[in-house]
Amino acid sequence: MKSKSVAAENLADTPFDRRSFLKCALASGAALGSGKLAAPAAAVPIASSAATQSDAQFTFEARFYEKLPGRKIRCKLCPRECIVGDKERGYCGVRENRGGTYFTLVHSRVCAAHIDPIEKKPLFHYLPGTTAFSIATAGCNVNCKFCQNWDISQSRPEEIPAEYISPHQAAAVAQQYNCPTIAYTYSEPVVFAEYLMDTADAGHAAGVRSIVVSNGYMQHDSLVEAYGKMDAVKIDLKAFTESYYAKVVTGQLKPVLETLVTLRKMGKWNEIVYLVIPTLNDDETEFRGLAAWIKANLGPDVPLHFTQFHPEYLLKNLPITPVPTLERAKAIADAEGLHYVYIGNVPGHPAQNTYCPQCRKMLVERVGFTASQMLIRKDSTCPFCRHKIPGIWHA
Amino acid sequence: MTDLRGPTRRNFLTQCLTGAVALGAGPILRAPAEQPALAAKSRVVVARDPQLRGTGTDIDPRRLEALLDRAIQALFNRDHAAPENAIAAWRRIAGPGDTVSLKVNTLGGRGISTNVDLVSAICERLQQAGVKASNIVVWDRGSEEMERAGFRIAVGGDRVQCYGTDRVDYEDDLSAWGSVGSRLSKILTRSSSVLINLPVLKDHDGAGVTIALKNMYGVIHNPNKYHPNGCDPYIADLNMLPEIRSRMKLVVCDAITAMYEGGPGFKPEHSWKANSLLVSQDPVALDSTGWQMIERKRAEMGLKTLEADKRAPHYIATAADSEHRLGHCDPSRIAVVEA
Repeated sequence: MKSKSVAAENLADTPFDRRSFLKCALASGAALGSGKLAAPAAAVPIASSAATQSDAQFTFEARFYEKLPGRKIRCKLCPRECIVGDKERGYCGVRENRGGTYFTLVHSRVCAAHIDPIEKKPLFHYLPGTTAFSIATAGCNVNCKFCQNWDISQSRPEEIPAEYISPHQAAAVAQQYNCPTIAYTYSEPVVFAEYLMDTADAGHAAGVRSIVVSNGYMQHDSLVEAYGKMDAVKIDLKAFTESYYAKVVTGQLKPVLETLVTLRKMGKWNEIVYLVIPTLNDDETEFRGLAAWIKANLGPDVPLHFTQFHPEYLLKNLPITPVPTLERAKAIADAEGLHYVYIGNVPGHPAQNTYCPQCRKMLVERVGFTASQMLIRKDSTCPFCRHKIPGIWHA
Repeated sequence: MTDLRGPTRRNFLTQCLTGAVALGAGPILRAPAEQPALAAKSRVVVARDPQLRGTGTDIDPRRLEALLDRAIQALFNRDHAAPENAIAAWRRIAGPGDTVSLKVNTLGGRGISTNVDLVSAICERLQQAGVKASNIVVWDRGSEEMERAGFRIAVGGDRVQCYGTDRVDYEDDLSAWGSVGSRLSKILTRSSSVLINLPVLKDHDGAGVTIALKNMYGVIHNPNKYHPNGCDPYIADLNMLPEIRSRMKLVVCDAITAMYEGGPGFKPEHSWKANSLLVSQDPVALDSTGWQMIERKRAEMGLKTLEADKRAPHYIATAADSEHRLGHCDPSRIAVVEA
């Protein structure tokens, strides 16, 4: 089995491989007195006889589903609403019907873990210069043809190596490495919602916040309940057309837009990433429509990141996004009135910095994933003109 | 007869597993570069034996073996060809030097999985045709699932091999065609010069029916991704992968027990004893024929057609279209031979 040490959100160097990092972190976490494990609060453990012992420790009754006649279930986690027969799994591959009860197979089953700069998520307006203890399980509820992490997101949990990390252990590791946040990322956190919720609770109890990097393809109730526990949310808005979502993502655009509006109403700090793929979603009309929709529905202050595509997975035939295309997208979004439009995955580009929309002075300078200069005041205002800069800038 | 039975049934042989050998360590077998042209008409044999279970519920292995022989002979004994015995017929599929994998379907547990005695009989005939026992692999996704269906896991030694992909893993690299991009079982890619597809005949709540073409979902790491839209065009696209298409030389569908409703999990109340085998070299024609058998049973039981139930297996027509040409689904191009 190919074992990928760290899921690649980008091309940054990684100081630890996954296994040695976890072993080291968990061992020292226990030494710090955080080794006492509590049962997850949001799930009911399955009888150990229903699976092998190693599987049983990751297997909990799922939330967000309803039972149907004939031992079937309807999953209510995402808009796909899989109807799953006995002994079958949903589209995500990590939730299984066993005798009419639906189980998650990935609670505490961490297949990728790393400490990342928060700028790597990317979250540019949330605790800049800090690091996030970043974790993932197998599985995803869509199948993007450009996925960088397809070897974990498009696999079933038993197909990839994983470690047991309880919610309390995750919180302890974050504390140990001075990470103010735990990030649920790399694959698709929607599909490990129960683990995310329990870990967020454990983290908050220990003074560690939670952030999620997600496609936002969720049902309203699961979104409110699960991401209600998050302190910040980054949504990958993969395109602004339903046809792209159908063909390239195997999902739908409308529920994602609804998610963005709901998050806005919930008052969650939210940033949006739009991966620009040559010939597929790089039409100027689409950029304009996207920016106009964001301004009208979310306001002009939501950060929007246009990021560069690198050929991966099933789209190896397409080229890297030309930088002028990204600059054109930014120019269009700027012209539509958005205040914080960034260009991502292009190291050294000036559009990675944050500028005051009023006085135009640079407030946060970024080099790669490092915030090399951060001038925003404690009261979240520009030091030059006192304009309010939206975001959570200081812990 | 080759013994594949698990220890929990009547077979109490206590053969121990030998130590695991370096599975998958052999050279990657090359697939032929070109596909044989599609015949103008495909032959599907439907072999039946109402006495297969005698007066009881257990299947008589000798009658089953005879049924298999009749089916395979009927498949190859064309009008103008001289009749040949069953072993000669099997030599058309595989012979000395071949590595043959038998892809069974064990999702339905003991209720509705590929019959162990049927698989044993095929292994026996393959050996008589010159294939070494250790060059035959009986396989599915998971070893535990196979054991639950009655197979005994066997790894190493000079005997027929029997294990799931979990023992050897999937290839690291993707194989892609159309809408499908998947990692393939190393059993298929590294232990099969010839693939014999051994599905069961059953209803499927999403795809309509699951027979030969859909049995290939057990070859890939991510079948859960390919169930939307009644599995169309995913099933057809998957079967276009050269690693599958170039190797699949024969389909023997186990319709001894079949299901007309409630699949793919076993529902005894929706199963019937069809006491039949369907055999063909054209998986599309076989699936078309099997689908019609299920429709006839549904009509007999007073159920709506799959079309009326909004789950007709449109993927079968997709597999036959000009883009795929995996076989024939037009009845005028299928010769159904009763045996």
